Amino acid sequence: MKTATMKADPRGVLTGTHFLDGDHACCEGALAAGARFAAGYPITPSTEVVERFASRVPTVGGSFIQMEDELAASIALQGGVWGGAKAFTVTSGPGFSLMMEHIGYAAMTETPCVFVDVQRGGPSTGLPTLPAQADMMQARWGSHGDYEIIALCPNSPQECFDLTITAFNLAEEYRVPVMFMMDEVVGHMTEKVVIPPADQIEVVPRKHTKKSVEDYLPYGTNGDLVPEMAHAGEGYKFHVTGLTHDERGYPNMTPATQDQLVKRLQNKIRNAADRICLFEEDRLDNAEVVVVSYGITSRVAQRAIDMAHERGLNVGKLRLITAWPFPDKKISGLAQRVKAFVVPELNLGQMVREVERAAGGKAKTLAVPHAGGGVHNPEEILKAIVEASRC
Amino acid sequence: MLNVLQDDTVNPVEQFLRTDRMPHIWCPGCGIGTTVNSFARALIDSKVDLDSIALVSGIGCTGRVAGYVKLDSFHTTHGRAIPFATGLKLANPKLNVVVYSGDGDLSAIGGNHLIHAARRNIDLKVICVNNLIYAMTGGQTAPTTPGHATTSTNPYGTFEPAFNLPALVDAAGAVYVARWTTFHVRQLARSISEAFAKKGFSFIEVISPCPTLYQRRNKMGDGLDTMKYYKEASKVKNGAPTNEVGLTLNGEIAVGKFVDRERPDYQTLMRAQYVESLGERYIEVTGNAEPEMECACG
Repeated sequence: MKTATMKADPRGVLTGTHFLDGDHACCEGALAAGARFAAGYPITPSTEVVERFASRVPTVGGSFIQMEDELAASIALQGGVWGGAKAFTVTSGPGFSLMMEHIGYAAMTETPCVFVDVQRGGPSTGLPTLPAQADMMQARWGSHGDYEIIALCPNSPQECFDLTITAFNLAEEYRVPVMFMMDEVVGHMTEKVVIPPADQIEVVPRKHTKKSVEDYLPYGTNGDLVPEMAHAGEGYKFHVTGLTHDERGYPNMTPATQDQLVKRLQNKIRNAADRICLFEEDRLDNAEVVVVSYGITSRVAQRAIDMAHERGLNVGKLRLITAWPFPDKKISGLAQRVKAFVVPELNLGQMVREVERAAGGKAKTLAVPHAGGGVHNPEEILKAIVEASRC
Repeated sequence: MLNVLQDDTVNPVEQFLRTDRMPHIWCPGCGIGTTVNSFARALIDSKVDLDSIALVSGIGCTGRVAGYVKLDSFHTTHGRAIPFATGLKLANPKLNVVVYSGDGDLSAIGGNHLIHAARRNIDLKVICVNNLIYAMTGGQTAPTTPGHATTSTNPYGTFEPAFNLPALVDAAGAVYVARWTTFHVRQLARSISEAFAKKGFSFIEVISPCPTLYQRRNKMGDGLDTMKYYKEASKVKNGAPTNEVGLTLNGEIAVGKFVDRERPDYQTLMRAQYVESLGERYIEVTGNAEPEMECACG
């Protein structure tokens, strides 16, 4: 099933070839995707995204508000969504921690929105100006209860633009909060960013109901597990709650309703995982070893892979663009025919656990951990590739 | 004079309620339902377009109001009704956004948002039902609990000073501040109507009984006894300095309209600033669907 898309509103599209850092490119992606509301709270290294948005959005028919904290920002953006706007917020580790309850609220109320996390070293205040990729599990599991989200990992300013549009499109298609997992290096590196004309940018519009007020069931679905939305002020007089609710949106706190609702929230993402999962692959066909990486680490890993090829090693590349839902099928398929996975990441072992789980013991998994504050030395990754080749 | 429907067998406020959700969860003698009645009367009196109203609640007994009114209604997270409402109002300036929540929700966990929304003078009508404790969770001490009152977490009596909410929001910049009790149903309805006519941050505190947890623990009798107390202890003090209207256990309750002033609201200031700086480049948020939304044909 192909999702209905339409062309981007040209007012938000800064068509041309630019020299932008990842934070600014992310902002341009949001504007091109149709974001017309953002609520934020300053935090390094993410603030440039909303600084640019604050400068640009009054000229495209939207607004930005700097809230009093991240709790406020992460729920104000959801008010904006129910008021009819596409909306997002931007933060980094400590702020992301404060936003967790509202990621759960967005998942439960099926509020389409985007949370941008420009990752820095943690825990706690950690390394405000230096990179990490240590919020990957928090992005997936940080709020309480069972739920599913989507998370994307750009590795360049160009992808910060392109994938921010994808993030908004996925949020609208599945009515789910999408985590946009940047890192300090990608956020602050400056490269060429090409922004195409508006008529070449596909955006997914809000899944707005066409039903009459009488026929509209706010949380009823038509087989695709994603309900249709209405906005405040349109006469539908609907109710939205973070409590377990029935198809009318009314609180209904029974095990049966809980089972039906929470499973639907999971299945609407899980059943679509093959469509959602994006990855970049190279030389996987005859690979003995596959380097699995994402974000800035994928660019360091590329150097290590090139060095391994120079040594005649049979190494393939799998770059995760979608981190969540995790591409289980891709990893388990590869595990049938490769010797080992090498997983470098700027944390002490997060996504590597997923690789190991999906591999199911069919192939070895070697972590290349890094506590953050910088990026790997390619030699560290090469060393792991060499070791993996000897498995 | 309140409008009364022709058919006197129908409760005139029933049209504003989700009757398919009755019975409600509130205890006998609770004042929250009474405030909803006054709110509904205010909707009749003010003739505000019901489709334009969005009602936002936080968590707690009063937080459940959102689920019982037949309006676009949002039951949000604990303490965060005001920032959610702020987002709604900014995305669609045409909405009349009402925040309806309790004292613990708005002044403790949500206290930061309360003062900042008043400072910004964002155009919200906040109805704060103050039962002086956390009721939903069993009667714990709130920032509003008067000294010496017994609560489940201060079983020997509270000793920390309480917030005087009208003074708090007055100091932070609210343009309309009133207080009534659930005895003052008509005055309350009138204040809510006035808030609908007012642009900016309005705050109406309603002192309300929790016979189950507050009145019982403090040996203040039942719901009827509380009405008698409210009637006898309330003193109308319109225009009173808000620093003089703090509450005490079993003491006088100053009621009335304390603040009614003019100050440009957030969106008026925002528009003026952008027009000054950007001129014709400024495109105002209208609350209409974006052009891309209108032709969602695919």
